[in-house]
Amino acid sequence: MTQAQFFDALLTPEAAPPPGLVDPLGRVAPRRFDVYRNNVAISLVRALEDGFPVVRRLVGEAFFAAMALVHLRAHPPKGPLLVTYGAEFPGFLERFPPVAHLGYLPDVARLEVVLRESYHAADALPVGSDDLAALSASQILTSRMRLAPSLRLLRSDWPVCTIWRAQTEGGPAPVMQAEDVAVLRPAFDPRPHCLPTGALNVIAGLGDGLSLENALGLAPGVDAGALLTLLLQERGIVEILA
Amino acid sequence: MLDSGHSVLPPAPGVGYKPQHFAAIMAEAGPVGWLEIHAENYMGAGGRPLAQLRALAERFALSVHGVGLSIGGEGPLDAEHLARLKALCGWLHPASFSEHLAWSTHDGVFLNDLLPLPYTTATIRRVCDHIDRVQNVLGRRMLLENPSTYLAFAETEMDEVAFLTEIAKRTGCGLLLDVNNVFVSGVNQSFDPADYIRRFPHDLVGEIHLGGHAEDEADHGMPLLIDAHGSEVADPVWALYAACVSQSGPKPTLIEWDNDVPDWPVLREEAVRAASVLQVAK
Repeated sequence: MTQAQFFDALLTPEAAPPPGLVDPLGRVAPRRFDVYRNNVAISLVRALEDGFPVVRRLVGEAFFAAMALVHLRAHPPKGPLLVTYGAEFPGFLERFPPVAHLGYLPDVARLEVVLRESYHAADALPVGSDDLAALSASQILTSRMRLAPSLRLLRSDWPVCTIWRAQTEGGPAPVMQAEDVAVLRPAFDPRPHCLPTGALNVIAGLGDGLSLENALGLAPGVDAGALLTLLLQERGIVEILA
Repeated sequence: MLDSGHSVLPPAPGVGYKPQHFAAIMAEAGPVGWLEIHAENYMGAGGRPLAQLRALAERFALSVHGVGLSIGGEGPLDAEHLARLKALCGWLHPASFSEHLAWSTHDGVFLNDLLPLPYTTATIRRVCDHIDRVQNVLGRRMLLENPSTYLAFAETEMDEVAFLTEIAKRTGCGLLLDVNNVFVSGVNQSFDPADYIRRFPHDLVGEIHLGGHAEDEADHGMPLLIDAHGSEVADPVWALYAACVSQSGPKPTLIEWDNDVPDWPVLREEAVRAASVLQVAK
């Protein structure tokens, strides 16, 4: 018997165990094989539950577990780092007919993917408001800024940040409108922030190495002071490059 | 780079580290002298997991326990994953590195379970090749853990103690003796766990594991134990452990509790019980 046969039978529900697997008396033993089958299914469903707690809350625990099994057959983990398992889950949700009526669900999953990326991202000492206060207004405008490795941006047609906060922090109920989101990690716990119109472009511009002035040029009308305050308070800037 | 100065695991109780216990362990470790971490949970770039690990390493000897290398796999070892293990061991300098006699990956797909192997000369050759590679890449001796098994292979040619002893002899690796796994496999495979412990090469054992199991039923009404790690260590496993260390002398002994993880005092109480058994074995 090969591991390929064992593997195929594990991931095929109801399939008979491969030949050559026996109990102590040499008899075929499907219930014993099912222990392995259950271990694989339960542990990998749990890995997806750990990664997508808000999607799970939105659809319910039993539904999520059943859906995670379907997802598992289509997208089993491609390596042993389960802390990143689920990158294909948002796309899976887009194509999974039973949740087609929950249009926001794939983007909530995308937000949970980037929150987890942020959680495990590299540490970096943040720039404080004192560092910025030492510069003149024109110096600040011509500066380029290195953003925190834990910062993530997400653009959605749905109010994903408000949905996330409503589910995890008891925030207000969402109004169905598009939201731009910045995920920021001040210490160890990343949190999504809903951005005003255009601010996502400015942060992305900074991330691409533009000066603040040029980044602001991408989205006229953005309140530069409010944006810098958010980034500084949430420790999103790690270096000012004059 | 980090130098904790803990170059060996002490012959004391340790526990499988869970992040929710961080503050409690730092405040009231009790008899816990070392901690074991699952390597795969500490391979990110930063954040809380690595910050906690650095703090723990200053205070405790650490054992890095891999659950994803698939040492028994028919395919080649995952070179990227091996490089990640090397990087982790490179900065953490753990007192021990261990992995399982099992496979978990096939054709690039990771199944997150410790799947069984037939005990044949062909399997010995493959496992030894993989252990040689791991020890060469990591530049250190590893410990290989005996598994819990739920079924047998018709093609198996030798018993598990002989199989593990031969692998250790060929590769120079040490062994991690999981006493709960011996008990679970003994019930499931109808062998005498006490006899297994008596015949085990204790001079090669660098660490002992204890954990809880669950009771189930197999085909034909036979009893089946599941290595669930979701409860206290069972009384017959404590008895087997006492017999084990009375034969081998005190060894670093880990309490594993991975599912339905209890509050710290419950886990610490298990460590206290292990400490009392180790005390008698001195």
